[in-house]
Amino acid sequence: MNTRVYKPLLFAACLAPVIWLVLRIAGVLQPGLGANPAEEIQDELGVWALRLLLATLCVTPAARLLKKPRLYRFRRMLGLYAFFYCMLHPLAYFLLDLQLDFAHLGEDLLARTFITVGMGAVLLLIPLAITSTRGWQRRLGRRWNRLHRLIYPAAVLACWHFYWQVKADTAEPLLYCAILALLLGIRFWWSPLRGRLFRGG
Amino acid sequence: MLIRKPADIPTSEITSESTYLNRRSVIAGLAATGLVGTSRAAPDHLETGTAQKELPGVTSGPFSTDEPPNSYEDITTYNNYYEFGTGKDDPHRNSGAFRPEPWTVRVEGEAEVTGEFDVEGLLSGVGLEERVYRMRCVEAWSMIIPWVGVPLGEVLKRFRPTSRAKYVAFQTVFRPDEMPGQRRRVLRWPYVEGLTMEEATNPLTLLAVGVYGVTLPNQNGAPLRLIVPWKYGFKGIKSIVSIRLQESPPSTSWNIAAPREYGFYANVNPEVDHPRWSQATERRIGSGFSGLFARRIPTQMFNGYGEQVAQLYSGLDLRRNY
Repeated sequence: MNTRVYKPLLFAACLAPVIWLVLRIAGVLQPGLGANPAEEIQDELGVWALRLLLATLCVTPAARLLKKPRLYRFRRMLGLYAFFYCMLHPLAYFLLDLQLDFAHLGEDLLARTFITVGMGAVLLLIPLAITSTRGWQRRLGRRWNRLHRLIYPAAVLACWHFYWQVKADTAEPLLYCAILALLLGIRFWWSPLRGRLFRGG
Repeated sequence: MLIRKPADIPTSEITSESTYLNRRSVIAGLAATGLVGTSRAAPDHLETGTAQKELPGVTSGPFSTDEPPNSYEDITTYNNYYEFGTGKDDPHRNSGAFRPEPWTVRVEGEAEVTGEFDVEGLLSGVGLEERVYRMRCVEAWSMIIPWVGVPLGEVLKRFRPTSRAKYVAFQTVFRPDEMPGQRRRVLRWPYVEGLTMEEATNPLTLLAVGVYGVTLPNQNGAPLRLIVPWKYGFKGIKSIVSIRLQESPPSTSWNIAAPREYGFYANVNPEVDHPRWSQATERRIGSGFSGLFARRIPTQMFNGYGEQVAQLYSGLDLRRNY
């Protein structure tokens, strides 16, 4: 597998949703953003944030099951892109929906549980993005791995946030929840925790 | 199937065609002088291939706002009509196979006149009015929409409701073949909504058959829908096939789906938040740089129609009766 080819390809693929969105905003690409563009932009960014979070979580199981350790080389880029969309999504909400109304933001963060939960996911990802460099990886050593397990609760909060803001049709959020359950389940299956919990069983 | 006109319309009340045409020309003449407002012209960007017909004899009704209405495109491409899918553009995209003609409505329950009526029979003798209303969705967005319809109270009184008629229950058609959203049980089908008799007969309440001077597009609830402008949009049940007068309040679809979030009254109220989001402000669709920076404006109590309806709820705890 040639990393020099695949990394730029993956980079472009991860950026595509943003470019697609910008072209739709500019009216170059169809479908347009419809009557409520702010909502469409927020939703698109949010769903891509979640997709990339789940894609990041796919790397380890895929590398193990396919016996292709080179796949690990793509994990950082996927994770950083997930973080990128996780930042753009609330930014669009604050800029386009709330139009920089800080009082409204404060009220939403405190009173709207699904927004609190979503914000929690973003906060958990910040230290992971900061420590994603090789330097930090070296400095933290084994603690780096432990720290980066924060992506698990972050992904759980992200799915929860999606599920909670839907009015009645929970099919799509439940699909993402199921994928996350599978990705976390397989880790649990592999982890020493399982042996400890079910010893003698 | 029994199809008849309500028995209680005296022939004297039915307008002859010549009188009707004459009245039209008089109204047109007055409109030319600016004395009487007429319905706005049908938008010239009506999609080709749709069956929207211009509605004749529409006069300008009371209670209209002078805020600029949303575009025909906004009104017909951004809809909540779960029978055609849960996405905002689903109703526009998935309602092509729906046949709103011919259409009959069952009137039943606590009334002296009941039966099955075609739409023309149901509305005959009541003049079509244009009413430009604010529409506030429970999801905290809003539009200004020039509806065409008749006051529901005018229609109801011809069925002579009995003293036991305390509520009006409405039902949407159930046609999973034509309404793909009904093939999944997102809500309990058919959709049911209801009003108290006082709400139903309030002069604001409209039985709408058109928008922007033309017949309702499928995605907007063709051929017949309810408009209750001081309530959240989901009360405005679409494609109505049944109107039942009854003594007890009906169980309504959204209330069944999430009773803590959607009450029977569903009056627009900036002080009572939805459990998951604020109702204090609303995003006015279509405003601000092609809607990208759509204005957030304060939501008004009863959507600004308090003068007409606040007295209906005096003594009622609106926090509990949301």
